[in-house]
Amino acid sequence: MALAEFLQPLAGGFLIGGASASLLYFNGRIAGISGILRRLFGSSAVLFVERLLFLLGLIAGAALYEIDAGTFPVPRADFPAGLLAVSGVLVGIGTSLANGCTSGHGVCGLARFSMRSLVAVGVFLSVAIATTYIVRHVFGIR
Amino acid sequence: MRYLTQLFSGLVFGVGLALAGMTSPQKVLAFLDVSDQWDPSLLFVLGGAVVVAAVAFHWTLRRARPVLEPQFHAGAARKGDAGLIAGSAVFGVGWGIGGYCPGPAVALLAAPWNAEAPFLLGGLLVGIASHVVWEKFRSGETLGKEP
Repeated sequence: MALAEFLQPLAGGFLIGGASASLLYFNGRIAGISGILRRLFGSSAVLFVERLLFLLGLIAGAALYEIDAGTFPVPRADFPAGLLAVSGVLVGIGTSLANGCTSGHGVCGLARFSMRSLVAVGVFLSVAIATTYIVRHVFGIR
Repeated sequence: MRYLTQLFSGLVFGVGLALAGMTSPQKVLAFLDVSDQWDPSLLFVLGGAVVVAAVAFHWTLRRARPVLEPQFHAGAARKGDAGLIAGSAVFGVGWGIGGYCPGPAVALLAAPWNAEAPFLLGGLLVGIASHVVWEKFRSGETLGKEP
C-alpha cells in the first residue's frame, strides 16, 4: 500500500481526536457518540440542544466533506435490509449496555488510559472481526 | 458559546469521519475482514485520533475546569460491571455484520437518500430505546444521569 493511502485515514483520525479534544477543552464533555445519542432525551433543555447541535454538526461535517469530494457512501446492492436493521439494534443495545462505542471507549477512553475502555475495545474489535468473517465467508453475505 | 463549541466539535468530528473513510461500511468491513485483502487503514484512524486526544486530554485535564463550564463531565473511573463485556460483545456482533458504529450511523443522515439509512438508523434507535426502557424497568432508576 502506498504511503498516501495512509495519510488520509491518519488525517481523518487527527480531526476526530482534535474534535474530541475540543469538546473536552471547551465543554468538559466526552465525545462519545453512543452516549450522546442515548442521553439526547430526558436531560435538561440546554443539554438537549447542546447534544443535538453536536450531532447536527457531525452530520453537516460529513456532508460538507462528501459534497466537496463529490462522492457519497454507496449502499450495498445485495445486502439484506433486515440484517442491516438487526445490526443497528445490536449496535444500539450493545453500546448502551457497555456505556460507549468506538468513539467513547475507542478514542476518548484509550486517550485517558482507561483500563475499562481497553477491555471494551479488545472485546468489540475481536468479536467484530470474528463476526465479519462468519457473515462474509461462512454465509457469503457482503 | 457552549452551543457554538458543541456545533464546532461535531463539525470537525464529521469531517474527520468522512475523510477517514469511516462513513463507508465497505471500507470498515475491509478492515474488519482480516482474511481477505485486509485494509489496515482504519488502524491509522484510531491511532491518529488516540494520539491527538491523549496529548490534548492530558493537557486539558490539568486545568481546574473546562473553558465554558464549571466542571468536567468526563467521569472518574467507574466500578467494573458485567455490562461492559457483554455490551461490547453485542456491539461487536452488530458492527461486524453491518460495518456501522454509532458515529458513521449518524453520518448516514448526510445523505439520507442512502437506502441503508432507514434500516440501520431505525434499528439503532430501537436498540438504544429498548435498553433504556429495560434499565428503567429493572432498576427503577433513571438511566442517562450525567456522569
